[in-house]
Amino acid sequence: MSSAEIDVTDQQLDQSRLGGFTYDPAPESASVARLASAYGLFIDGAFSDPGAHEQFETLNPATARPLATVAHGSSEDVDRAVAAARRAFPAWSSMPGSARAKYLFRIARLIQERARELAVVETLDNGKPIRESRDIDVPLAAAYFFYYAGWADKLDYAGFGPSPQPLGVAGQIIPWNFPLLMAAWKLAPALAAGNTCVLKPAETTPLSALVLADILTQADLPAGVVNIVTGDGATGAALVAHPGVDKIAFTGSTEVGRLIQQRLGERGTHLTLELGGKGANIVFEDAPIDEMVEGVIDGIFFNQGHVCCAGSRLLVQESIADEVVRRVLRRVEQLRVGDPLDKNTDVGAINSAAQLARIEELTEAGEAEGATRHTSACALPNEGYWFAPTVFTDVAQSHRIAREEIFGPVLSVLTFRTPEEAVAKANNTTYGLACGVWSEKGSRTLWVAQRLRAGVIWANTYNRFDPTSPFGGMRESGFGREGGRHGLEAYLDV
Amino acid sequence: MDEVTTTPLRSVGATSAVRFAAHGSGPRIESEVELRSVLASLSGVDAVGLEARAAKLATRSIKRSSKLAALDLAIAMVDLTTLEGADTPGRVASLCAKAARPDPRNHEVPSVAAVCVYPDLVATAKRALGDAPVAVASVATAFPSGRASLAMKLADVAEARSAGADEIDMVIDRGAFLAGRLGQVFDEIVAVKAACGPAHLKVILETGELVTYDNVRRASWLAMLAGADFIKTSTGKVPAASTPPVALVMLEAARDFAESTGRVVGVKLAGGIRSAKDAIRYLVLVNETAGTAWLTPERFRFGASSLLNDLLMQRLKQQRGAYVRVDEFSGD
Repeated sequence: MSSAEIDVTDQQLDQSRLGGFTYDPAPESASVARLASAYGLFIDGAFSDPGAHEQFETLNPATARPLATVAHGSSEDVDRAVAAARRAFPAWSSMPGSARAKYLFRIARLIQERARELAVVETLDNGKPIRESRDIDVPLAAAYFFYYAGWADKLDYAGFGPSPQPLGVAGQIIPWNFPLLMAAWKLAPALAAGNTCVLKPAETTPLSALVLADILTQADLPAGVVNIVTGDGATGAALVAHPGVDKIAFTGSTEVGRLIQQRLGERGTHLTLELGGKGANIVFEDAPIDEMVEGVIDGIFFNQGHVCCAGSRLLVQESIADEVVRRVLRRVEQLRVGDPLDKNTDVGAINSAAQLARIEELTEAGEAEGATRHTSACALPNEGYWFAPTVFTDVAQSHRIAREEIFGPVLSVLTFRTPEEAVAKANNTTYGLACGVWSEKGSRTLWVAQRLRAGVIWANTYNRFDPTSPFGGMRESGFGREGGRHGLEAYLDV
Repeated sequence: MDEVTTTPLRSVGATSAVRFAAHGSGPRIESEVELRSVLASLSGVDAVGLEARAAKLATRSIKRSSKLAALDLAIAMVDLTTLEGADTPGRVASLCAKAARPDPRNHEVPSVAAVCVYPDLVATAKRALGDAPVAVASVATAFPSGRASLAMKLADVAEARSAGADEIDMVIDRGAFLAGRLGQVFDEIVAVKAACGPAHLKVILETGELVTYDNVRRASWLAMLAGADFIKTSTGKVPAASTPPVALVMLEAARDFAESTGRVVGVKLAGGIRSAKDAIRYLVLVNETAGTAWLTPERFRFGASSLLNDLLMQRLKQQRGAYVRVDEFSGD
């Protein structure tokens, strides 16, 4: 071969073309959601006429534009839903467990079949990145149905004695941070145990539950076994106040949870509460540093920090604090914030204007109290509700940002010197939902875990969910467990 | 009473990062004890977390112009490789033509970074490439097993060098590493580096034989401390070769080493990378771990053979909107 044939020159290797690596937008199509313009209530196996109800708008938080209008369930609507659930209860609860399992398996498979649609609906209504709704929310929702479908005919062996009985009609009020997943967490164990349900989705994120209603119809679930009543706090209050409800399961703020507990105190209604948290990620100097940084980042920026078990406090051993903070801040700058439908987005939109205001209020308090603020330099979209990932250093245990649940993409970094001090600081909160421990020394991890007052303790990981594992809190984070064999107890008369 | 005077220890801080910064002019390992202490100071790797991170980065969606740019970048990073007992001068010459002009009809397609051959075929490759901007890399040091005396390994390197190799891909002594004779592994790399002269030294860790991610991290640091210009995953001769988690550990090591010492070491992945999709996923790993500074053939390479044609095919597909026949490209 002569060299004349080879005329590629260095100039052709245009370094500007080969050097950087930006990702073009890769948006999932919003039309996959197939949204209706208005939705009624799902009661007794059918959707009511949207025109029969007062309607309210549900917004896309990434644009602050309306997606659809949704029915505002009145106390009469709640009454009809509870009555339908009551009518459905005898047949559903006396059905062989294997028959109930058949429906639950069917629902799980339909969630998988309609996964893309559900993921897009969830991302549009909630603002979370499509990567998370696609890879976490929707697959996990199916997994919870699969898991509890398996229990439906094995309740005798769940450890609650022979032939444990369902409670009756369960009123289930769920939050806006994981709308579909929380519906699955509530419905799957309740149905497996033989209860019938009235589900009240969150005011700002009702749409995926309404798609789920369509899936329940597709699965031929008997009428009235699950009723879905959209609305605001007043609708939820009507459900809590309804005398025909045997059980209330609530996931949401500690404030509302406290109110519900007070109201139900006068009645014999069963109650489980999954409330707020101020989770601590405890990092020892021998932690696996790269995976720890990922876990800390995921612990607080997953779902924009709208996670009750978020690792919103980073407790780091003083000897490596500078190194850890440097690495965490570097990683924060890499987070891709923006269009939630873009498959490469890491952090999406804040769910509502009200939540954004709360995050802003608390971060301003953090600055005013003397903590040092580091905010990602990422560009934020002009419309919608957005908050750039933020880390506070020089945080004192007494600062509001170390004590109050921010429920946003804001991390507070504190330091400790000894395992005893780490435990003391982690426990120095009114909450008790989740903690993480990062160390390569197993004996110390176990020592710390034994002493932490939290319902969930992760070792060398964070925000990891599995249907086989019970989840729930202690103290002001609530009581009762969801998931695993323990999750059945909340829906059985034991 | 006599006054006792002591010299305070030089402050090195808590991490290896600070330790090396204190040296000023990059790392110098003076003893096996020091080598062991540096490697022992490295953070452990949590396998579950590492694999989860690699899997998460694999979900990045690279489309349109960023895909085209990534494909060109990947082509320019290929070390087009033939390491068979059946290699002949004709086969190598043919490979060199492909390396210089991967797609002869399209001058926008860059040349690959290098061709990679056994030492006895270096001269053939140099002749075939002529003035083309393609380096000749040669495996040496009793590739692929590394089971030979140091003298033989150095002779192997000398032969490749005298035939004109621009880059030397050596293998470490995995047996010595696994037996804990870290000093021996280190000294061999130092000796080979000296024998390389101006040629770039790539150190093959054979991660499939080191097995654990902790070992991969330690071996990466060992090789970089000993003077490697590149750390490379595999010979391609054992079943477990380059995987995304292994690449992630090595990229983290290269990033941390550069931060600690100021010396930038490249990373080469080899073995089992056949599709453009995989190559782009690895570029995402580079981009989001080591950073854009590594997104150049100077610092990142793919050791591969069949990968190149898939990169070319995907490139054409991006431009034409439809796939072309495999036979549109030469089978080298």
